Amino acid sequence: MSAPFYVAPEQVMKDRAEYAQKGIARGRALAAMEVDEGVVFVGENPSRSLYKTSEIYDRIAFAAVGRYSEFESMRVAGIRLADVKGYQYGRSDVSAKTLANAYSQALGTIFMSGDKPYEVELIVAQVNDDGVELYHILYDGSLVDEHGTIAIGGQAEQLTSALQADHDPGMDRDAAIRLGARVLADVVDRELPAEALEVSGLDRRNGRRRFFRLDPDEVTSILG
Amino acid sequence: MTDSLANLFPRPFEASSSSFVELLSGQRPLLEGHGAPVPDELRQLMVDGTTVVALTWADGVVMVGDRRATAGNFIAHPDMRKVFEADTMSVIGISGSAGPAMALARVFATELEHYEKVEGEPLSLEGKSNQLANMVRGNLPMAMQGLVVVPLFAGVDRHTGEKSIYEYDPVGGRYLARDHAATGSGSLTARAVLKRAADPESTLDTAVTTALEALFEAADADSATGGPDLVRGIYPLVAVVDADGYRELVTDDVEARSRALLDAASDA
Repeated sequence: MSAPFYVAPEQVMKDRAEYAQKGIARGRALAAMEVDEGVVFVGENPSRSLYKTSEIYDRIAFAAVGRYSEFESMRVAGIRLADVKGYQYGRSDVSAKTLANAYSQALGTIFMSGDKPYEVELIVAQVNDDGVELYHILYDGSLVDEHGTIAIGGQAEQLTSALQADHDPGMDRDAAIRLGARVLADVVDRELPAEALEVSGLDRRNGRRRFFRLDPDEVTSILG
Repeated sequence: MTDSLANLFPRPFEASSSSFVELLSGQRPLLEGHGAPVPDELRQLMVDGTTVVALTWADGVVMVGDRRATAGNFIAHPDMRKVFEADTMSVIGISGSAGPAMALARVFATELEHYEKVEGEPLSLEGKSNQLANMVRGNLPMAMQGLVVVPLFAGVDRHTGEKSIYEYDPVGGRYLARDHAATGSGSLTARAVLKRAADPESTLDTAVTTALEALFEAADADSATGGPDLVRGIYPLVAVVDADGYRELVTDDVEARSRALLDAASDA
């Protein structure tokens, strides 16, 4: 067994960052779009039961790409934080910003001192009565406040520019779903029928719980 | 990782890792029993007294609760809510000490929603009733000091369509009722009415009328149960669960029914 040798901290960080970025770039992509009724997520997901998007709280949702077991533990931790806060204080006191900060702290700590960085990228969305908040948390804990549309996962940059070309925050939910499906299929250069997509989001027209998830039949009828 | 972060990360093989109640008790003790029995001066200030009834009908269940909360001989609240939506397909009614009972209802509703969000599927109706029994049992230290909580639980199973009512005892015993149940200080009187009139295949209208009659008789016999208050417009809370989910009858509807009941009673 060789003696430990010195590696510059910059190199360690660079290696970790590369590792995480590679892992995320290998995965399937997901887009989040602000729409007239709230927020829509459209992602490539061949699974019928292992989801990449989820309800966190009344008006807050979660979306992720990367290593499933890692983002799944983040998802559950977020639901726990939200439910405990909502119980201790009140339902309206739970905010996406607090969750996004918690994820940022957790991912930052894991990136620096975990055995390996988490290969995940997260979005936390909140749909208020009068607007939308979108938070984007990267593998190293960087937290960005986004507007309009954001794509994560494989070929994220291509996806983002293709989406931004045709996206409008005032567009309706169905139009955004069609846009997301089309752009995703273009970028991956593959046909993506409804069964290959995961479509969900937050719709402020829903009652207390704004999260919705569309099944393949509903997606098929929207894609037309 | 800091302690608070570690607490929120799931422990995958812990069977209770989808439980909000377990999570909360890990963060801080949810229900602290202090061991000694409650002194008389304090007991008189504690709010309790109730009648809550539940019935099955052709397409679901109905649960109706009175509105009076008493502390000794004082009417502490004329408009207390004792019937709560547990989740879309179930309803919980409470009796016993008001404070812990309301907390139980709130934690229970959070527990059901938490499980559904984490697991992706709601619990079965039986699973919900079982977890409620666990929570009542967890209240045993407080119950032994006199802070008893006795819920009534009813609902429709999302998958099987089965409609059920579950009764509980103060130490967490769970009993599946045949087609009617009542809890609270007025429950004996209410049960007598329900036993005679309950029909598990009746219309919703008939079931609500029967439930309101039972409450009316209970209010007549038990000072801790409130009857309809026409003066202030405070009426029993009527909750219905069927395949379409949970809803409450609007006050005007319950008022009209209560007035009809009183008219019939004065004619008799």
